[in-house]
Amino acid sequence: MALSIVHRATGIALYFGTVLLAWWLIAAASGPGAYGNVQAFTGSFFGRLIVFGYTWALMHHMLSGIRHFVWDLGYGFKANEREALTWGALIGGISLTVLIWIIAYAIGGGR
Amino acid sequence: MSTPDTPKRSMRTPLSRVRNLGAAHSGTSDFWRQRLTGVAMTLLMLPVIVVVMMLLGSNQAGAKVILGSLPIALILLLFIFASAWHMKIGMQVVIEDYVHNEKLKLVAVMLNNFFSIAVALASTYAILKLSSGV
Repeated sequence: MALSIVHRATGIALYFGTVLLAWWLIAAASGPGAYGNVQAFTGSFFGRLIVFGYTWALMHHMLSGIRHFVWDLGYGFKANEREALTWGALIGGISLTVLIWIIAYAIGGGR
Repeated sequence: MSTPDTPKRSMRTPLSRVRNLGAAHSGTSDFWRQRLTGVAMTLLMLPVIVVVMMLLGSNQAGAKVILGSLPIALILLLFIFASAWHMKIGMQVVIEDYVHNEKLKLVAVMLNNFFSIAVALASTYAILKLSSGV
């Protein structure tokens, strides 16, 4: 498994995605019109795809980062342990993303 | 870029002066801060997700009330601060790995700093504005 590049790629995606988060916060501070624009975007198919992708990038990057913490502390260097950590981050990231979106739809009724 | 000792008077060997400083000549502070902010964001992740969930389906007036409350503003400010620092360091590592033209690298590192600070300040300003109720 060579997932270090995915860690890096999700990091870069999250980096540029912060523009969306800043836009959302500024819109909330600006007024109903600006906030409506954000909601129109996040409510659209394309917008939802972006936010879904962002959720996954965040979850994967976090779990993959925890994997790096384990290595920083000097554990998990055996071949099978490395594999387990990497698969854990991959499967865990997807699972958490789906879980978050299920909860979001249950609470917000799809916004 | 500071040198720990003045070379003239120091009894330390040249090797000991540069040891542990690495290619960036500034030691492991970025490495440490990358981990520090990473742990901070991992701890803040659940509260941040809860805040986002709370905002689902609410209009601007509702969002304003939620985002303006003290604990939520504090959680988001901490998360913004940690993420801006974390992503600034991360992007710099990527730039240093792939951009080998020295001048282009300087420009890229500068732009990275500008971007990270701009995003952090814009978000911080928005939250403070919501909190002050202006």
